[in-house]
Amino acid sequence: MSGTYTTSQFKNGLKIMLDGDPCSIVENQEVKPGKGQAFNRVKVRNLKTGRVIERTFKSGEKVDAADVMETEMQFLYSDSDFYHFMDTESFEQFQASKEAVGDQHIWLKEQDMCMITLWDNVPILVTPPNFVELTITETDPGVRGDTSGGGSKPATLETGAVVNVPLFVPQGEVIKVDTRSGEYVNRVKT
Amino acid sequence: MDNWSFQSPLVRLQQRAFLLAEIRRFFAQREVLEVQTPVISSAANCDRHIEVFSTSAIHPERDKAFLRTSPEFFHKRLLASGSGDIYEIAPVFRREENTSLHNPEFTLLEWYRLDFDMEQLMAEVQALFHMLAGHFNLVVKDTRSISYQDLFVQHADFDPFHISDEELQTYCNTHGYQGALLSRSEALDFIFGVIIQPKLAEVDGLMVYHFPVEQAALAQVNPDLPKSCLRFEFLFRGIELANGYQELQDAELQRQRFEDDVSWRNSHQKDTHPLDNHLLSALKSGLPACSGVAVGIDRLLMCLVGAEDIKNVLGFHALNS
Repeated sequence: MSGTYTTSQFKNGLKIMLDGDPCSIVENQEVKPGKGQAFNRVKVRNLKTGRVIERTFKSGEKVDAADVMETEMQFLYSDSDFYHFMDTESFEQFQASKEAVGDQHIWLKEQDMCMITLWDNVPILVTPPNFVELTITETDPGVRGDTSGGGSKPATLETGAVVNVPLFVPQGEVIKVDTRSGEYVNRVKT
Repeated sequence: MDNWSFQSPLVRLQQRAFLLAEIRRFFAQREVLEVQTPVISSAANCDRHIEVFSTSAIHPERDKAFLRTSPEFFHKRLLASGSGDIYEIAPVFRREENTSLHNPEFTLLEWYRLDFDMEQLMAEVQALFHMLAGHFNLVVKDTRSISYQDLFVQHADFDPFHISDEELQTYCNTHGYQGALLSRSEALDFIFGVIIQPKLAEVDGLMVYHFPVEQAALAQVNPDLPKSCLRFEFLFRGIELANGYQELQDAELQRQRFEDDVSWRNSHQKDTHPLDNHLLSALKSGLPACSGVAVGIDRLLMCLVGAEDIKNVLGFHALNS
């Protein structure tokens, strides 16, 4: 068990349990009338679903703490059931479920460092690096002067992700992609 | 960097001085006497939701003394002594109050008017506020008045005096309340503070009167609707600026309310302090019919100059003092 917090300890980033899920406080507002009961109105992000919800607690109430930790880990490989990561300091290995990885699996490249959110020592959220470098495995040869696609074309990357790249970028090229927006950044000279 | 300097624009000092001067002029014209009463007392407020600072004893037979959370008890002893109309610009102290609208040390303007009923005092609060708004070139709409009951009907779709306990709790839960069962009074505080007040951000002056009788504190029960009391609050754009009562004169009923508050505090593991027997004796000897109100000067200044945070009008905020 990881104990409790009282509302007076509330601050942004504090990890608490809500409806059985670990959550992170993103906003905390105290509502205190001159006469009368005070409340803490908080916005929390559910760390499993990413959804932000609003709740209000009576000031002075206790709330269960969530044993949540963020650690940088190296992505090793995936098999049919799990994505495997390693803490490069302790060499401890963790397996993340497909649910924990979610849509982010298209950015996972072996040996890249990812941010893993552990709840009770189990990965619940995998955040890839903001920028990844991936090889284009398939794209049409670009035709100079063809602007029908707005000057870009779809390209499939080694991880399966599909991003729009400029027409002049050929198959086999390594490109840098922003994983937050899914957008092409530039070619990487190898 | 050590933040040793005054943390607000220096013009705030002039604005505060101007505000206080205008307040003094207002009361001088109305022949209300300015008084100064003790900041430290051997007795303390026993309000359920106000936390008192304590310090070394003044009286040799007492363990502690207390910083006042309001000048109200001394004012009533003055009124019962025959002072007539009085006001004070009073530094007061409340623990655990530290938000963008609270500072543990703040200033109350508190005043009492003999033979005023609640409506007359509400009118005087409005007169003061609109006079000050004019001097600060703040354009405000006319102040509206609404009963606590109608405010709930309008903004929460239920009658606070007739909804069942069960329906009330369900309402709170479906509006984001999380935690142990709320008492009726707590549930109403939740809806007032968390649901309704934010909806009033566009409303300029608003007088809300006839609060629930459970929240009467030192106000008379409303003879026409005994579930309510002769207490009002003045809100500006959803922010509480003033709280006033047509004052309770019944010493026994007041003692009963204080004792209920003390036993509530005991059962909620909150510290309790000696009751103010001088106040109760003063009430017994006879408090003249009167109404009284307290206005938060720092918040008033915030509203008049359009500051978002109380720190912006204090300069030396408690955490920087």
